[in-house]
Amino acid sequence: MLTLSKRQPDPGQPAGSRGWKQAREAFERFAANPAALVSAIVMLVLIVVAFVGPAIAPYDPVKIGTGPRLHPPSGQFLMGTDQFGRDILSRVLYGTRLTLQASLIAVVVAAGIGIPLGLMAGYSGKAVDGVISRFIDILLSFPGILLALIVVAILGTGLGRVQIAVGISLIPAYARLVRGSVMSAKENLYVEAARSGGCSTFRIATRHILPNIFVPLLVLSTTAIGWAIIIATSINFIGLGVHPPTPEWGADLGAARSYLGVAWWPGTFPGLAIVVSILAVNLIGDGLQNALDPRLKGKGAYDR
Amino acid sequence: MIRYIAKRLILSIPTLLGVIVAAFLVIHLVPGDPVEVMMFGANPTPEQMAQLREQLGLDRPLHVQFVDYLGGVVRGDLGESIQRHRAVALEIGDNIGPTLMLTLAGMSIAIVVGFALGLTAALRPNSWVDNLSMGVANLGVAVPAFWLGILLILLFALTLGWLPATGQGGGRRLILPAVSLGLGYSAIIARLVRSSLVQVLGQEYILTARSKGLVERIVLFRHALKNALIPVITMVGLQFGNMMASAVVIEVLFARVGMGRLLVTSILQRDYPLIQGTILVFGIVYILSNLIIDLLYSVVDPRIRYT
Repeated sequence: MLTLSKRQPDPGQPAGSRGWKQAREAFERFAANPAALVSAIVMLVLIVVAFVGPAIAPYDPVKIGTGPRLHPPSGQFLMGTDQFGRDILSRVLYGTRLTLQASLIAVVVAAGIGIPLGLMAGYSGKAVDGVISRFIDILLSFPGILLALIVVAILGTGLGRVQIAVGISLIPAYARLVRGSVMSAKENLYVEAARSGGCSTFRIATRHILPNIFVPLLVLSTTAIGWAIIIATSINFIGLGVHPPTPEWGADLGAARSYLGVAWWPGTFPGLAIVVSILAVNLIGDGLQNALDPRLKGKGAYDR
Repeated sequence: MIRYIAKRLILSIPTLLGVIVAAFLVIHLVPGDPVEVMMFGANPTPEQMAQLREQLGLDRPLHVQFVDYLGGVVRGDLGESIQRHRAVALEIGDNIGPTLMLTLAGMSIAIVVGFALGLTAALRPNSWVDNLSMGVANLGVAVPAFWLGILLILLFALTLGWLPATGQGGGRRLILPAVSLGLGYSAIIARLVRSSLVQVLGQEYILTARSKGLVERIVLFRHALKNALIPVITMVGLQFGNMMASAVVIEVLFARVGMGRLLVTSILQRDYPLIQGTILVFGIVYILSNLIIDLLYSVVDPRIRYT
């Protein structure tokens, strides 16, 4: 006789001591991966800088004439100064918060819209799935950065709008992942059990299916932060993002273009910051993937 | 084969319609009155605004406007640019050539470098050559094309003086933009070539080919590579559209004429007919490149046609 109470854990879903053991094992696997561990430390440093950057920055990042114009890196200005005599190190430090915050907001927007869309498409009937899937197909026929540029064309330029634009351009990735996972998860016995136990569709989707696709969602979100950094800095680079004098890595590289012939430093250090951030999130994503789901080894951040 | 092509053509019509709808809607999704947004800063008189509204057809019901737009697209009439007072189709005609040339050049770099790295790595899995190739590939994905471009300009144009830093055209002026655009994608291709080839080399038919005494070169190129090519072709096709979109950033960096510069300027000038036309063409190229890849795919792998 099969009885199901609400408190009974779903099979396949970490719960109680078993969950802790799994989490600890996953953490050990993650920590055993040197690239992932170093990246996690780099990311921690970046997060700390995002919080305390303004406090540790040696100069005001927007004050014109802090030093001489285009002064090469020296003891006084570690990364040199830009075309307005502003301290580049201070601008890079301030820019950390801006970039991390922008990519995080973009990912939250993408997940907040993409996950419900994917759940609805995967769990509802054919009609709803058809409508949502066609919508996602159309979004996907505008490649990469173009979708974000279309949203910028509609909403206009500026920091907040770029965050939303980048978020919208990442929706298809979430919707597709969740839809596919739901499609395969709903064939599982535990979903059938929950349904015959009288659970509502919404409850099955959010309480039973969603926790089981937590791992792929976590890995996707890490990777998506890397994509968000690339797209956001690119939009800022071509001048459709933040307005001057906001210290932003991509925008600063865009401004440095005109001075490359006389100064290499304004075009170098903000780019280094971008690469370090993206490399860190990508390697963390790979590490998480291998640690949390060893079966999927080799399917990493780069297999778009 | 003809039936397969026809089927694929018909299947791409809904997506094409979707792209047209999306391009059409851009102007209607602008918060507030699009005419006011477009004439912002010009202090227009009410008559001027009414005239622009009429010129763009915005005074008519939405469905009538869409049917008009659709008819225009079919005839190749994409409206007139507000700022340049010239047909959008002509503007795009002037700009699409350089962008396609840049994208194709970037794709060639991506394929050549990607295959070189991937093959080297796959032939000696887990050796130092493999680790080095894959390390380079990892780095390649994390470096944004525009910063790679800046570094290449600093090194090859400004320090060594071997190549021109910016400018229009092909030949030597195309090298730095194409490398900046292609190198990141070569990393993606390298990883795929490696994993695909390592998998194929473990198959039994490779063992058969080797045991019947074929030269290793023939085993590799005629038996292994041909089969490993299938996922790579899909990836290259998917990346073509992405690469053309990335060309937007490269065109701005290298001050080159093209679709990217056209899109950026039209967004800055709020020239909506031009924005719509550019978006539409990007979408169509993306759909077309996917279609071509599907057909190519069925040539390489005849099984596809019968399913």
